[in-house]
Amino acid sequence: MTSAAGARQAVVALGDRATRLVGYVGGVSILAGQTFYQGLFPPYPLRLILQQMDHIGVRSAAICAVAAVFTGLVLALQTTYGLARFGAKAYVGIVVSLSMVRELGPVLTALLVGGRVGSGITAELGSMKVTEQIDAMRALGASPIKKLVVPRVLTAMMVLPLLTLVADVLGILGGMVMSQWEFNVDYHFYINTVLQNLKPADLLSGLGKTVFFGFIIGIVGCYEGLETTGGTEGLGRATTATVVTSAILVLISDFFLTKFFWWLEGW
Amino acid sequence: MADPAIRLSGVRKTFDSLAVLQGVDLEVAAGETITIIGGSGTGKSVLLRLIIGLIKPDGGRIWIDGEEITPLPEARLLPIRRKVGMLFQGSALFDSLTVAENIAFPLREHTRMGEGEIRERIQEVLGLVGLPGVEEKAPADLSGGMKKRVGLARAIALQPRMILYDEPTTGLDPSNIEKITELIMGLKEKLGVTSVVVTHDMQSAFKVSDRIALLHEGRIAVTGPVAEIEHSNLTLVRDFISGQLETR
Repeated sequence: MTSAAGARQAVVALGDRATRLVGYVGGVSILAGQTFYQGLFPPYPLRLILQQMDHIGVRSAAICAVAAVFTGLVLALQTTYGLARFGAKAYVGIVVSLSMVRELGPVLTALLVGGRVGSGITAELGSMKVTEQIDAMRALGASPIKKLVVPRVLTAMMVLPLLTLVADVLGILGGMVMSQWEFNVDYHFYINTVLQNLKPADLLSGLGKTVFFGFIIGIVGCYEGLETTGGTEGLGRATTATVVTSAILVLISDFFLTKFFWWLEGW
Repeated sequence: MADPAIRLSGVRKTFDSLAVLQGVDLEVAAGETITIIGGSGTGKSVLLRLIIGLIKPDGGRIWIDGEEITPLPEARLLPIRRKVGMLFQGSALFDSLTVAENIAFPLREHTRMGEGEIRERIQEVLGLVGLPGVEEKAPADLSGGMKKRVGLARAIALQPRMILYDEPTTGLDPSNIEKITELIMGLKEKLGVTSVVVTHDMQSAFKVSDRIALLHEGRIAVTGPVAEIEHSNLTLVRDFISGQLETR
């Protein structure tokens, strides 16, 4: 009897979680659809997009740059350590650049921006929600999706590839410095191997992924903000949920997007 | 006979199995000021949100100026909201914008007014609420009473035909309560608007209202002219009024 009651409780808890998950996916999908629809039609919020470019892009550049440089340094260290076993340490540039451009640049940038920008979007929209500013906007006959969600999602989609490009370059340069300093791999040789082996498709597949990552970060941040309930305590929960959800979604979608771009590249 | 400005018929609303409104019937004539009174949590603010279409009723129908808004999607509600201004309980000013930008928000959204005309209109409505010269201040720099008045200025910027006031005097000191009460009366006189006021403040309710309605257990229990409510012998009304007056 006790085990039956326990099993019943487990099934109920599982059902509850499944219902919430379906509700969440449904809510995000509806918001994504509305954002896409309202983003298509004028007036286009160009001034708001420029403002968001500053918030999301310019103010994230430093953190992304620092992360990229140090990732490049560590990557060169670890890669050369492995390559040296096969007498191939001169080719560190190829491995570092491919790793940065195809994978680490996009994913690290998305995780960092997701943490910084996604939580910021949720905090801003969430505090607007709990102080009735979102309702006031609707009451004044304006659409919060058009005014708040479209600029943030669009900007995240536009800015993330640019930040990733900067991260790619800085990561490769960081690897170059480490390779010369620690393993005496000549700068020119490093750069030549990078330029000769890195193809536009490598760069495009990495940058292409970040457009989707930007969408995930923007839409999750906005959804959590607009759905905030429970005052300041709820706001704290929502910002945490944004960071966790967007990070997990970035990592999961990264696998499928990588497969997709492989397919596009004819692998 | 002309349609009432606002009409609710059998309006029901439930939140998480809690039936807040259980069949509200109410008519507000054009130019009339009606005050909804009732205990905390009886659904007075919910009623205002239903009237402006911020939430949908679970049952019943709502008409604004003769047009039924209940089945309308959000996009079709936006133009109807031009007719209705709302003062929120916490003022709900956009805190990333200045006072002037807050008031300009609906004007830029719905009109083709030039920047000069918008500036003039901002000065005009700030004059109406007795706050000239605060255009460039941020909402964070304003007192509670000033925020309410700027919120009211924003609500009337588009010259709405109806104004909904959600607890306009809550949390204010006596001098600001008096100012807001006078403003509600003044706006009715100057602009001829239809007003629905939700409040606990009976002194203010008696001053501003043409009629008072008591919301109790999800329904409008009593409605009548101010004098009738003020001198009502109904226990429900007496209990509410005396209870509220004692707490002031």
